[in-house]
Amino acid sequence: MTGLVSRRNLLVGGGSLLLAGCDRVSSSPTVRETLSWGERASRSAQRWLIGDRQALASEFTRADLSPVFRVNGSTHVTAADYMRHAANGFADWTLAVDGLVAQPLSLSLGALRAAPSRTQITRHDCVEGWSAIAEWTGVPLGLLLRRAGLSTRARYIVFHCADSLAGKPYYESIDLVDAFHPQTILAYAMNRAPLPIGHGAPLRLRVERQLGYKHAKYVMRIEAVESLSGLHGGKGGFWEDAHDYQWYAGI
Amino acid sequence: MTMPDPVPPPALIYRTRLPVRLWHWTNALTVFVMLMSGLMIFNAHPRLYWGAYGANFDHAWLEIGSRGTTGYVTLLGVEIPTTGVLGYAMGTAEAFPPLITIPSHYDLATARLWHFAFAWVLVIGWVFFCIYMIFSNHLWNTLLLSHEEMRGTSLWRDIKAHARLRLPRGEAARHYNPLQKIAYLLVLFGFLPLMVLTGLAMSPAMDAAWPWLLVLFDGRQSARSLHFLGAGAFAAFIMVHLVMVVLAGPINELRSMITGWYRLPPERRVPEDRA
Repeated sequence: MTGLVSRRNLLVGGGSLLLAGCDRVSSSPTVRETLSWGERASRSAQRWLIGDRQALASEFTRADLSPVFRVNGSTHVTAADYMRHAANGFADWTLAVDGLVAQPLSLSLGALRAAPSRTQITRHDCVEGWSAIAEWTGVPLGLLLRRAGLSTRARYIVFHCADSLAGKPYYESIDLVDAFHPQTILAYAMNRAPLPIGHGAPLRLRVERQLGYKHAKYVMRIEAVESLSGLHGGKGGFWEDAHDYQWYAGI
Repeated sequence: MTMPDPVPPPALIYRTRLPVRLWHWTNALTVFVMLMSGLMIFNAHPRLYWGAYGANFDHAWLEIGSRGTTGYVTLLGVEIPTTGVLGYAMGTAEAFPPLITIPSHYDLATARLWHFAFAWVLVIGWVFFCIYMIFSNHLWNTLLLSHEEMRGTSLWRDIKAHARLRLPRGEAARHYNPLQKIAYLLVLFGFLPLMVLTGLAMSPAMDAAWPWLLVLFDGRQSARSLHFLGAGAFAAFIMVHLVMVVLAGPINELRSMITGWYRLPPERRVPEDRA
């Protein structure tokens, strides 16, 4: 004889109530603020453990390359301007370097390819958990910033991208330690071929030692700023604004 | 006519000191948050690999997935149907079902917030407990096995006693038994450091600073696999722990872990150890 409420229903119902309670706890601003203490502690601890943050990410050999490097995030760009550039092989596309610099730059893909370059075989780590290894070739970001004459007021470098997610423009930002790190490059080639559109053609950021969402694709403009608060959601990046992903992206 | 032997009232002894109880209950909460938020993080990419790299097109030794409303687990190439439990359950196509993840819906950023906050509780608690263990003699007197206990015959006797679910009674119940000591030592000095180090090995920033992490675990994806296996092993530890609590007398055990006071279970009337 079963009652009106079966044990199973009671379990499932009770479980759902419990879950709803847990989720309400998760979305409470006070709880999130308290939990984010852990994030701040992780960031400080990492900065302390890592010291001057000059260590190089492990570099691999061509034998270690992922057979297939999956595409994720934005896989293409629908902005008319970008599509026009893509159609003619980015021949008259230029990268803008501006903001707090003495000499704003406008650099063609040809100029970037002619500049001193760095090639590195590194591991890309997505926040979701997967990793893929590829060879990247590009211009060290520090080189461009020095050439543009970075102001002493500048504290962050912002990457404005051509792609949008959920109707919002993608952007990312890093601090100057990461910007001048030798492995931080603006890559125009992947595995010795021009950067494919799925991976951010014509130019993407490689900021090794950070999670995948920091590696902005389709970089159109680089801006040196004093503060991130005036930009978009104010947290320094698309995922940081949209979903509270960590700006320092160290773990 | 002989009267039955008078049974002396079982002695109430102060067995579990406050720091041990604090450590226990803090972790009872922490470990559940870590496991449940960890399962949500796993759901973001429910595939495990061995080596430096691993993504959707690479060979996964473990995958939890779904096709339509059918859930499956593929373990070392063998597919096991798991609809209703893993892959697809409670009307949700997630690897681990909403009932056991924090948050209950897909939310990687929030799961990470919980996971990393409670990781600190775990690590800080562990550091304090290590200091306590060393200075209070808890480590030497309570946890480390005596020479007598470390002997093969004595361990074998304890294994047989556990297999027959004959738990220590009387004076013997005053202390942890050898298998119990080994289990706690493995958690404290094997499992916890393994979880922290495999966790750090998944951080690209830490990998750059401490490249030995990648050597130690044979790459980031191997570290992720080990982190998952470690979590599974700990879930198994909790199950065994709870079963042992029930077998040893849940009220008495709970009182001991809440108040510190433990009633020694009376000796068995019949000598039983003839094994």
